[in-house]
Amino acid sequence: MSTSIREPLIFDYSRTGRGATAQWVAEEAAPALPAALRRVTPPALPAASELAVVRHYTRLSQLNFSIDTHFYPLGSCTMKYNPKACNSAALLPEFTGRHPLASEKHSQGFLRCMHELQEMLQEVTGMQSVSLSPMAGAHGEFAGVAMIRAYHLARGDVDRNEIIVPQAAHGTNPATATMCGCVVREISVNADGDVNIDELRAAVGPRTAGIMLTNPSTLGVFERRIEEVARLVHEAGGLLYYDGANLNAILGKVRPGDMGFDVIHMNLHKTFSTPHGGGGPGAGAVGVGPRLVPFLPVPLVGVEKRAGGEHFRLLTEADRPQSIGRLTGFMGNAGVLLRAYVYMRMLGREGMSRVGEYATLNSNYLFARLQKAGFEAAYPERRASHEFILTLKRLAAERGVTAMDVAKRLLDYGFHAPTTYFPLLVPECLLIEPTETESKETLDAFVTAMSEILREAAEKPEQLKGAPFTMPVRRLDDVRAARELDLVHR
Amino acid sequence: MPFIPHTEADVSEMLAAIGAPSIDALFDEIPANLRAAPLAGIPPGLNEMQVMQLMRARARQDGLPLCFIGAGAYDHFIPSAVWAIVTRGEFYSAYTPYQAEASQGTLQTIYEYQSMIAALTGMEVSNASLYDGATALAEAALMAVRTNRKSKSARILVPRAVNPHYRAVCASSASQQGLKFEDVAYDPASGQTARSALAAWDNEDVTAIVIQQPNFFGTLEDVDALTDWAHAKGALVIASVNPTSLALLKPPGQWGTKGADIAVGDGQPLGCPLSSGGPYFGFMTTRMEYVRQMPGRIVGRTVDLEGRPGFALTLQAREQHIRRGKATSNICTNQGLLMVAGTLYTALMGSEGLSRVARACMARSDELVKALTALPGVRAAFSGARFHEAVLLLDRPVAPVLQALAERGIEGGFDLGKHYPELGPALLVCATETRSTDDIALYASTLRDILQTARTA
Amino acid sequence: MSNVPQDRLYARSHEWVRELADGTIELGITDHAQHALGDLVFVEVPEVGREVAAGGACAVVESVKAASDVYSPIAGTVVAVNEQLAAAPEQINQDPYGAGWIMRLKATAPLAGAGLLSPAEYASVLASN
Repeated sequence: MSTSIREPLIFDYSRTGRGATAQWVAEEAAPALPAALRRVTPPALPAASELAVVRHYTRLSQLNFSIDTHFYPLGSCTMKYNPKACNSAALLPEFTGRHPLASEKHSQGFLRCMHELQEMLQEVTGMQSVSLSPMAGAHGEFAGVAMIRAYHLARGDVDRNEIIVPQAAHGTNPATATMCGCVVREISVNADGDVNIDELRAAVGPRTAGIMLTNPSTLGVFERRIEEVARLVHEAGGLLYYDGANLNAILGKVRPGDMGFDVIHMNLHKTFSTPHGGGGPGAGAVGVGPRLVPFLPVPLVGVEKRAGGEHFRLLTEADRPQSIGRLTGFMGNAGVLLRAYVYMRMLGREGMSRVGEYATLNSNYLFARLQKAGFEAAYPERRASHEFILTLKRLAAERGVTAMDVAKRLLDYGFHAPTTYFPLLVPECLLIEPTETESKETLDAFVTAMSEILREAAEKPEQLKGAPFTMPVRRLDDVRAARELDLVHR
Repeated sequence: MPFIPHTEADVSEMLAAIGAPSIDALFDEIPANLRAAPLAGIPPGLNEMQVMQLMRARARQDGLPLCFIGAGAYDHFIPSAVWAIVTRGEFYSAYTPYQAEASQGTLQTIYEYQSMIAALTGMEVSNASLYDGATALAEAALMAVRTNRKSKSARILVPRAVNPHYRAVCASSASQQGLKFEDVAYDPASGQTARSALAAWDNEDVTAIVIQQPNFFGTLEDVDALTDWAHAKGALVIASVNPTSLALLKPPGQWGTKGADIAVGDGQPLGCPLSSGGPYFGFMTTRMEYVRQMPGRIVGRTVDLEGRPGFALTLQAREQHIRRGKATSNICTNQGLLMVAGTLYTALMGSEGLSRVARACMARSDELVKALTALPGVRAAFSGARFHEAVLLLDRPVAPVLQALAERGIEGGFDLGKHYPELGPALLVCATETRSTDDIALYASTLRDILQTARTA
Repeated sequence: MSNVPQDRLYARSHEWVRELADGTIELGITDHAQHALGDLVFVEVPEVGREVAAGGACAVVESVKAASDVYSPIAGTVVAVNEQLAAAPEQINQDPYGAGWIMRLKATAPLAGAGLLSPAEYASVLASN
């Protein structure tokens, strides 16, 4: 990465009369539009040559960190390697060219992949049925909570509108509950990281729709009393929602269905290695236990035996009258689903179990080494799952160096920052998740960088406040960005 | 081990550093009775060569039929540069740009995207993308209810000429929060949403109206009259638009006297392949005064410590990671990579290139409609001016005809029977710039054969 | 140490109120609150004429990293809002007890019965945190 690159806006390459003319289609006479509907002034889009566009966006790409170039120890995000074969397969011309409303005749190959993906996801989560249509984790959460609501309403249990979430939950959990017309009840977490069972006992009742949990939790530890949690919630008439953000930790080791969960969303862009794409697309497939099967969002991929083999088709509202309905224009992020399918086929049965094992090995190794290097664990008595939390509260108090300062300084050492200031209940925290695809050498280099930063914090703490120094920009003025909104080029 | 670089020596050294006897011991906090059995339902792993052979075989099964379906997803030419750059690892495998210093490439691209989409829709501000056009419309409805505080009904008028899948997504995504979606009829002769159809709502409280341009039938709506009607009664106007068409059509920001309040749509026509329905990206633009009610990420230009320009996510206090239960939406992950594709496509096309695409689409679809309606038993359903789609009425059930076409390698259109039974046997067809005169002639002659065979049979 | 002026009353949720000469009640957030939030970038004020309940959320103050509801410790009707905050939210950071006032209310009951804290009581709440 070069610090000297300052790339102007694409609009700065624009000149009247210029254009990527080789990409333009021939000029044609079109039927006349009614005058009142016509655009009078052309949109102010760039007029740039093909080379200018290619060079500009290639240069911009080089200002980014990415998995292909850097290690991302980013807790709760599972930034593992995205195999290239997954992309190549999804971009085969027949797949990119398939219209979402194509006939069943021209869909059997694609639908077979999707049906097998449904079945493999059922198997790894221990759920009974899977719908692939939600397009991201939060979208899957919406589907899950909407199904919980629909289940209660279908039973005439109309007052159940409370969703219980632990204090440390992702922000999407309470936001989802609100979108589903539910109210949120927060319960606290004990000093050892497990949920406070007494508070849970007090919180459940005839208004409980369900509880949303991640396990391992956002604190990077396994919820040991999960069976008791499940019993309490079920006895009160509520259902259990599994937020699959941390599924990577337990893949092949424990199945959410076996822990007692009724519904789960999976972040295929985390656990099943589809790319993050600088913010998306994701895929948030949902799996359900027996009680929620009728409510799954449509379309689903169904199979029937016919002479000559299996025939696949999309199941819609007509097949699933109790469905919560359609959540996307077609069937979700199909191209992302294909990538996840290829990944799962490449891992296979043994590879799938290795994910949880080696993610946990890497995490515990890094946890042990960083503690030895002088960093303080938030939950020192606990086993790390696929991720763990360090707290820099001592460093902040003694040296004035915050988690943000350490995160920014790591960028200078060529490492993406860990997740900072989440979960909120641990002061000055760094949430670190190395994933299984990183080598021991990379983890060792990260420990060296962290140790260096700790030394810098002791010797010249004020300098850390100015980090990073080697990136394309220094720290940005967020206050100005929000007060003097400059959101489009004029 | 696929995608795991550890040697046996690495594993022993790492376990020694941890002080654990085995990898299995690291799972000692999980109750023994919960430990999973081997995943018998997952097949053994494949290497890359095997998996690509499998996928090529599956792809071949689907083939490359000649496609005349639109209905919300359009087969446009995509310049090679678009996906060559989109699949660069630095865009493809980057994380969400929360660490601004390490994400200036993605952030600046979003800023440029916001600028282009705002220009295209004629609106003041844009977000960084939503999931797709359907969910963008549902989010716009929710946003309208938050924004229009004078209206208490949470009633959103949605013409039946709006994409039925979008209407279904609105109902399943937004009705939990008390929104009421009300149908508005279309004129059976023109295919437009007529001003007269709104008469029933003249004296009722309405929070917002959705206007899709072109509508699901491909017909152009009288957007000025509908917009002014809504504004006169204090309702907001949500425009749902096709971005290609905006090269030629009046942008939502200029509809009626005051312009639409929120514009949404599916960005798929801008550089995203059909890909079985996704990933695409939803776009959303609005007035500056409503920006704090807009869902999704937004990028702003600012300066760094040394006063140099740079880009950062802004207005984050609207979002779920800060506002939790009171956020504008639960959206977190969006469609970032497809937004990059849309930006590249739009930058390459520019205003001139995009208007050529739009004109070619209109010319091709006009040619298609003329060729097909020249056949006995086929006629156009509506008289209104069109963009690149049209509804055709057949003299017999649509499904068997479509099936016969598919057998001959042609995807002939979208059967409207399920969503618009009142039309009788009706077919929505589309031709974009990628369909040649020969393609259209082949469709017409094949359809003639099928209709004749059936008639003589 | 936060500034806690003597001429007004406080709520545990870090709002202050004071009675103006015309009998209306002015409301804002305390120096402690503005400091904890950091640089404010936006303030959402209610519409004039809105009825607020005692303990009800009536405004939102937003910094870059946080958004916080402002609760009215008393019931009443909003009679005025500080229009300047729209363009200059930093007034709350600079002068939380003066130019950074948020709204004025016509209270439905006297302040005395509202369970508010005296300056000394509020200062001791801050000290014990």
